[in-house]
Amino acid sequence: MFSGFDFDVIQRALPYLGQGMLFSLGLTVLAMLGGIVLGTLLALMRLSHFRLFNLPASGYVNLLRSTPLILVIFWFYFLVPLAVKKITGDTYATGIGPFHSALIAFTMFEAAYYCEIIRAGIQSVPSGQVNAAYALGLNYRQAMMRVILPQAFRNMIPILLTQGIILFQDTSLVYVVGLTDFMGAASKIAQRDGRLVEMYLFAALVYFVFCFAASYLVKSLQARYKVSR
Amino acid sequence: MIEINNISKWYGSFQVLKDCTTKVEKGEVVVVCGPSGSGKSTLIKCVNGLEPFQKGGITVGGISVGDPKTDLPRLRSRIGMVFQNFELFPHMTVTDNICLAQIKVLGRSREEATERALTLLKRVGLEEQAAKYPGQLSGGQQQRVAIARALAMDPITMLFDEPTSALDPEMINEVLDVMVKLATEGMTMMVVTHEMGFARKVANRVIFMDQGEIVEDATKDEFFGSPRSERAQQFLSKILHH
Repeated sequence: MFSGFDFDVIQRALPYLGQGMLFSLGLTVLAMLGGIVLGTLLALMRLSHFRLFNLPASGYVNLLRSTPLILVIFWFYFLVPLAVKKITGDTYATGIGPFHSALIAFTMFEAAYYCEIIRAGIQSVPSGQVNAAYALGLNYRQAMMRVILPQAFRNMIPILLTQGIILFQDTSLVYVVGLTDFMGAASKIAQRDGRLVEMYLFAALVYFVFCFAASYLVKSLQARYKVSR
Repeated sequence: MIEINNISKWYGSFQVLKDCTTKVEKGEVVVVCGPSGSGKSTLIKCVNGLEPFQKGGITVGGISVGDPKTDLPRLRSRIGMVFQNFELFPHMTVTDNICLAQIKVLGRSREEATERALTLLKRVGLEEQAAKYPGQLSGGQQQRVAIARALAMDPITMLFDEPTSALDPEMINEVLDVMVKLATEGMTMMVVTHEMGFARKVANRVIFMDQGEIVEDATKDEFFGSPRSERAQQFLSKILHH
């Protein structure tokens, strides 16, 4: 059935595809870490009783969650350098390069989603735990860092990873700013060698293996935490 | 030690505390009882500022709880509190539960805090459980750890919010024994409980609350011997004769 196909093209392109995969994974991990840190801050702001904190945070989250990711990537690549030029008046100012602008775009976009996950995670910690922490004399920061967030994150690990899997798939959108991730690498080889079907089949298989393995990990983690509680 | 002056508190338009006034002297044990929903837990949570109140004032050791200038964490660190559901931190060992606030709030060294933790665990009969996690202990054991955790802060007074209500009957006594020992050692205690046996044994005074009001505030003998209000009489007859 595949007699007309040439799967050798994959083998020849493996080093190039590998580089693309490293790029995809690197971008995923960095954006995840950045997104979780920023998302935690946003979640704490959204849960604050002070409007000065919770209004900007919920505005930010709602704006980004109602915007297509590809648009956010474009903004950071094309519009932010323009805005910087306008503000600083420096006509020679250039962008920060496609990688950094994509990384910032993903981090800020993911932060909005992580914010909502982490907010729910914090709220899932019983209020009695908060009371106990305060009753011992811990202040807000100590109660959060030592008592609330450790428990919240333990409950959240599976869903944080699930969001990471979605992010991993979404990183394929960086082709719009000319970056070569795994998908981009596969696409370039496919077009150069005229082997579209082979390369796209292979790319689909690789994405499937990575994402399926990761969801399996999530499932086993979920089972483990169910037992330990 | 604890002075509660004309406290009123509302949840929206519903008034949970109505003009409550009482006092706990140094070394005194005061038991607060009353039907559920009478506001007794809310009152005791106002004492260390876990629940805000809209009117009146509370001072503990001469320091005002409601004053925005008060360093509330510092004041709370001197007021031990024990909760109905223990509220041990499930992600820490028993020892770490007792050490956390000693290190973070009182600035003790880890060695000093651990030593204090082990001494207190011995006192509540749990020195062998030091390395375990709360989830591995029975309810009674968890509550005794919670008492040890509060005592580790060298509190000037202890608040107990229904400490035995979430326990299986066979575990109630091990917790009450620890509390009786504390009381006889002279700890100032305010205890919300239905355990009238405990009240008879160690209470100096009993406060009876109903519908957010302090209906009766009497010495133990007066309260059990001849309660003045009809509501207290009814309450006593319900919980003592069954």
